[in-house]
Amino acid sequence: MRATAILAEADTQQFLTFKLAGEEYGVGILSVQEIRGWSAVTAIPHSPAWLLGVINLRGAVVPIIDLRIKFNFAKAEYNEFTVVIILNVGARVVGIVVDGVSDVITLASDQIKPAPSLGNNTDTSHIIGFGTLDDRMRILMDVERLMAGADLGSIKSPQ
Amino acid sequence: MTLDLAQFHDTFFEESFEALDSMEAALLKLSAGDVDAELINTIFRVAHSIKGGSATFGFTDVAAFTHTLETLLDQLRAGKRQVSPGLVDVLLRSCDLMREMLEATKQKQPMDKGRVATLHGEIETIMKSAGSEPAGKSAAAAPAPVVMLSGESERSGWRIHFVPGSKLLRNGNDPLRILRELHTLGPCVIRVDAKYVPPLADLDAEECRLAWNAELSGDIHEDQVRAVFDWVEGECELMLEAFGPVKAKVSTAAPAVVAPEVPPAPVAAPAAATPTATPTATPTAAPAAAAVSAAAPAAPVEAARATNAGEGGSIRVSIEKIDELLNSVGELVITQSVLSQLAAAIEGREAEELRSALGQLERHMRSLQESVMRVRMLPISFVFNRFPRLVRDLGQRLGKKIELRVVGDQTELDKTVLEKIGDPLVHLVRNSIDHGIESPEVRLAAGKSAHGLIELNAYHKGGNVIVEVTDDGGGLKRDKILAKARERGLVGPDEELSEERVYNLIFAPGFSTADVVSDVSGRGVGMDVVKRNINELGGHVQIHSTPGKGSMVRIRLPLTLAILDGQLARVGNEVYVVPIVSIVETMQVRSELVNSIASKGEVFRLRDEYLPIVRLYDLFGIEPDHTELLDGLMMIVEADGKRVGLFVDELMSQQQVVIKSLETNFRPVTGLAGATMLGDGRVALILDIPGVITRFQSKETRRDAAQRAA
Repeated sequence: MRATAILAEADTQQFLTFKLAGEEYGVGILSVQEIRGWSAVTAIPHSPAWLLGVINLRGAVVPIIDLRIKFNFAKAEYNEFTVVIILNVGARVVGIVVDGVSDVITLASDQIKPAPSLGNNTDTSHIIGFGTLDDRMRILMDVERLMAGADLGSIKSPQ
Repeated sequence: MTLDLAQFHDTFFEESFEALDSMEAALLKLSAGDVDAELINTIFRVAHSIKGGSATFGFTDVAAFTHTLETLLDQLRAGKRQVSPGLVDVLLRSCDLMREMLEATKQKQPMDKGRVATLHGEIETIMKSAGSEPAGKSAAAAPAPVVMLSGESERSGWRIHFVPGSKLLRNGNDPLRILRELHTLGPCVIRVDAKYVPPLADLDAEECRLAWNAELSGDIHEDQVRAVFDWVEGECELMLEAFGPVKAKVSTAAPAVVAPEVPPAPVAAPAAATPTATPTATPTAAPAAAAVSAAAPAAPVEAARATNAGEGGSIRVSIEKIDELLNSVGELVITQSVLSQLAAAIEGREAEELRSALGQLERHMRSLQESVMRVRMLPISFVFNRFPRLVRDLGQRLGKKIELRVVGDQTELDKTVLEKIGDPLVHLVRNSIDHGIESPEVRLAAGKSAHGLIELNAYHKGGNVIVEVTDDGGGLKRDKILAKARERGLVGPDEELSEERVYNLIFAPGFSTADVVSDVSGRGVGMDVVKRNINELGGHVQIHSTPGKGSMVRIRLPLTLAILDGQLARVGNEVYVVPIVSIVETMQVRSELVNSIASKGEVFRLRDEYLPIVRLYDLFGIEPDHTELLDGLMMIVEADGKRVGLFVDELMSQQQVVIKSLETNFRPVTGLAGATMLGDGRVALILDIPGVITRFQSKETRRDAAQRAA
């Protein structure tokens, strides 16, 4: 929502890019609250595997999501390079675990190509598009779609 | 200048509801034949300001009703009418109706016009009976108006000097409306006093810079004049001065002139220059002649108002702001305990000093936390205040004579707790009136005084607030309760129960021993709700009763909902907080006490009861240290009357924890009441015992089903 709104307002927008299992992704810079190192989480019982648990972020209880597990990537490791990006999603604060933060890039609207339809089996609703800069392609994600609408609110605990 | 009045609506409603509370309290204090002027004034002021406010905001229904009410009250105030029980009753009902009307207006719901009209008519009928009632009913009323009139007959008018405060317009008041109202009192000459108007360059269009001088003639009581300005009281400078017989002059003058003129100020200039009128300024400024008679009644009124404003020295702050503050303080406490833990790990001479400084910090922190917590606290009188009315009405309806005694109504507790404790308390008091207190005849026969006594008592005890509802009625009928419980199959035919367990039966859903269902109680809904509400608050209910002597219900409540007394329990690497209120006891279970019931899971024997075992690691899917029951600990926890054994690895410390919601950034999880931060900065989850039991039971049911299917 927010990212698309910005798209309409200005010609360029900024994205924070990060690495996830070798691929590079981007999220709208305005939804990023902060970036912090990896710290131990408290697991929530009966939650999906990709919801690692919650952390204490200066007094707020913030859920941490591992996109590597959510996207079914092979291996999720936690080491000194593991980074958590704290995002503001609507009224919520959510953290996502990534392999590393790369850069902040500025993309003009013509550098963002809409996501192609990948068939019925692949859900691309959380992808804004693909951004190309210096011949490298980043997958630009719609954070609100990714977290709030499609997921957090409606997670059903495994019965 | 357009002014959005809607922004003042909330304030108006809030103030009106508070005012109605004080009106109700004053009405209850008003007894027949009483002429306590201050009480009547209080009541009048409430009606008046609600009328003014609702007229300003265009709530015409409310305004019309309060206008009639005000007229009636005005007669009371002028001594033209005597206070009678019937009148108080009508006034109390009007009070309720106004509250409902305001509530309906606030919610933008339509109000039942019929009821308003009925009561409206009733008041009008009373007013029409004006001639007959005071004359026939009370001879005492007759002299009163005479005295008033003789006191006033020397005055033939008022000089009014009215300087509105510069913010008057912004607060939604219209000085012209006030001046127009002056005309309704009698012939009036009004002149604008423009001496405060600044040069055009400095003029702010939204500020009120004009002042007015008015000469109002006629036999008018000072209070009547002041009442016109009631609505802007405190926002203007107002000087009243009675003057002698100048009727002739005034009557020849034009009815009203509202045009800027050069100030012909009849009032001394130095006084007019003082920004606000103080009680002392009034007499000094007024020209000597008639000043004595006018200033004398004015001063005490002003002084009384000043003290009223002074002792209520409070500000309105939104709950969110306080919670934010509370949050930050909670954070500080956590940071401080992290520091203490770090300091404990280092060595050396300086470390010792560091530790002692940190100790000091901790003490300050605790007191800071307590102070902030106290900000959220309100005296329980907010809840107790509604009981005199309730007891009066209900006692009257049931033909019982009941005295209410309130002790410790200044005991403070958290606002959230306070809001939720009201209904359960109302229920308990109603129960006491309906079932507890006997009728006067029965009481006299039993050798008790005809007046029953209900006592509400609140006090602090060890970090909790205790609220007791005591009556000196017949007490709970133990045999009757037991018989009823056996009849309903809650208790086996031969089962003997302890006193306490018997009394606890009345908290079972749908339980009632009342022979007749009345509209007050006896339907058997209620006590279970009372208990559930109190348990939800983390509180606890106990009943004591002596047959023939009365009964007492004691409620123990936590001081606040923001903090919880918790027992930390460890399972594997996870630490959970178990609310202390849910814990019955903790023990080690010997294997001979454990039975495995086919398809029912495990149970163990605790004295004469069999309790299911909930293995927390199993329920939450975590890796424990111990799976052998003998190696770990069994916490007996209770919720909704159900007890289970919660198996954990070990118990850690007990501590107060600050409750954080999981919902803010996540969603509610069954079995968890929230989360908290531990001293080391980690998050610990707080167990919700009712939820844990529910989850356990649904899991057992599924296991059953699976087994049957297999």
